[in-house]
Amino acid sequence: MPREITYREALREGLDEELARDENVVIIGEEVAEYNGAYKVTEGLWKKWGDKRIIDAPISEAGFIGIGIGASMLGVRPVMELMFYSFAYVAFDQMMNNAATCRYMSGGLINVPIVVRGPANGGTNVGATHSHTPENIFANMPGLKVVTPSDAHDAKGLIKSAIRDNDPVYFMESTVLYGLTGSVPSNDELEEGELIVPIGKAKVKREGADLTLIAHGRAVVTCLAAAETLADKHNIHAEVLDLRSIRPLDEEAIMASVRKTHRAICVEENKPFCGVGAQISSMIMEQAFDDLDAPVLRITSADAPAFYSPPIEKLQLPDPDEIVARALTIC
Amino acid sequence: MASKSVPQSLVPFADAPINQSLTAADKIDLLRQMVRIRRFEQVSLKHYHLGSIGGFLHLYIGQESVAVGSISLLGENDHIITAYRDHGHALSVGMNMNECMAELFGKATGCSKGKGGSMHYFAPDKNYWGGHGIVAGQTPLGAGLAFAIKYKGLKGCCLCYLGDGAVNQGAFHEALNLASLWSLPVVYIIENNGYSMGTSQARSSAFPKEGLAARAEGYNMDWDVIDGVSLYEIRAGVQKAVERAHEQCRPTLLEIDTYRHKGHSVADANAEKYRTKEEIQEYMNKHDPIEFWKSTLIDEGVLSEDDYKAIHKEAGAEADAAAEFAIKSPFPDESEIFDDVYWEVDNNTEAGRSGRHFFHG
Repeated sequence: MPREITYREALREGLDEELARDENVVIIGEEVAEYNGAYKVTEGLWKKWGDKRIIDAPISEAGFIGIGIGASMLGVRPVMELMFYSFAYVAFDQMMNNAATCRYMSGGLINVPIVVRGPANGGTNVGATHSHTPENIFANMPGLKVVTPSDAHDAKGLIKSAIRDNDPVYFMESTVLYGLTGSVPSNDELEEGELIVPIGKAKVKREGADLTLIAHGRAVVTCLAAAETLADKHNIHAEVLDLRSIRPLDEEAIMASVRKTHRAICVEENKPFCGVGAQISSMIMEQAFDDLDAPVLRITSADAPAFYSPPIEKLQLPDPDEIVARALTIC
Repeated sequence: MASKSVPQSLVPFADAPINQSLTAADKIDLLRQMVRIRRFEQVSLKHYHLGSIGGFLHLYIGQESVAVGSISLLGENDHIITAYRDHGHALSVGMNMNECMAELFGKATGCSKGKGGSMHYFAPDKNYWGGHGIVAGQTPLGAGLAFAIKYKGLKGCCLCYLGDGAVNQGAFHEALNLASLWSLPVVYIIENNGYSMGTSQARSSAFPKEGLAARAEGYNMDWDVIDGVSLYEIRAGVQKAVERAHEQCRPTLLEIDTYRHKGHSVADANAEKYRTKEEIQEYMNKHDPIEFWKSTLIDEGVLSEDDYKAIHKEAGAEADAAAEFAIKSPFPDESEIFDDVYWEVDNNTEAGRSGRHFFHG
């Protein structure tokens, strides 16, 4: 029986292992230490690693993210927690200008090995300010990497890769996924002795021949449910491709799947304008136009700020029914 | 102001131990460094007007004592970071005129291979971390460098320079709070030249009568105000802050009063509108740090007019040669565009080969 742990526990294991592996890894963020993490991702780490390695920051994102960037230039490996990725916007200059461009503007003399992680999702009735999904915004900036694990296995394997990466990695999680369990092998079950998932490699989460659902983060879970319905009720076999990272992007995996199924729908909880699906559908059109039997469709969150009222907000986000209905229009 | 008639003993701060330890050669070297910065910038200005240099050119002329005096105090575990008026700091840490001039010309031989320009000089091998274009954007980074020094258990500090126009940015206040809260060995140096671009200090900042640096009181941080015309005063004042960082791991906020002879940048068409010509002339004639140091050294008997002329001439020749070097250097190759974006790609690692990193075309 494979080991089942939550996405939250998987992240914590990954962080803990990296803290043990490299003494330069330090976790900084609001409530990460004594409070045990606003979402309990870092629970127990302060008790285990102490004040030097796990540091509570005041509510001062521009300040502490900037400190992380500066410290990383001198060899510290900071893992910064944003309580919500929505708060990245108050640290935007540090994250967009300083982290992303110092390497380029120094002609390659500097690198910024920082991880900024936290939940980037809507759907939890916290209103528009706390529901931003900025993966497309940060992926727009060359020099940055954007990683979006959708399950516990990848959460652990990708956070370890992110910490070891020598470029800035913006690691976007989901509060909705934190409590979901998934199969995560323990280290003694693995030949390599640890779980590493490389950044830049997508994963086929479900094989299918009729349609490709391309998604990242929580939308992968939504797509898997839709694929189940499509198979059971409509005899349509959808392949579900989990991008796992937005930048770098596994273009080969996308094209390989589309060439197999000849139909694609990009599904994301992001907003539509210049969303991740806009980039991908353009690439599919350019590179696999002759393989397509139908237009590439995009399913996103509604193009409005997040609605507070719980039953209405639910309608703003992609759900399996919507994916099934749209799939039936092209299959 | 000192004049030739002022005896050495009356020059303030000459008696500070850090200044007593200076040899005649050291003092002349400090003069040479300031003159080199000025001549470098005068030559760069000439080539800017000739159209060889693009974008902005923020000149440090009039402020040379600040970088030279403060950087002269630093050791191997001390680091510096500054804003966009960064040529003086670059030359002070030992970057050479060729690489600095070639960067202005956008040439492949520039310190940033032509990718950064005037505002973005870097030399991590000399503990110099830029050269940052966004006002106050570098102030959290300075605290971060200090964080790393402390984290690694080193006895060092970070000097983080900013202009008086940066003191109202939120990032700076966040950095001050964190520097004090986390007891980081950082020394913030406000180079107060009186103007945030075209807006005077009085029109941009609310501050106590003691000065901008007194805002540090609100962050439980030590502070001081220093007259930037005198290298002796700068060295004595900054040394106290460096010692505080080294010995107590505590930050300091310093304000060094100085003046830029030129506009905010060369593109500043109003440099003589928001300031009177008389004011500019007054500073050039009576508060010029190079003239002040020169007359101090002549009074002390360690420098002659002829020595000064030789230093001036030599620095001018060096700057002209740097311009020649820049002119003759090639522009970067187009293939350079996608280098230096990602470390992993540049180093052709497995991570750098996984997935598509660039999306043009």
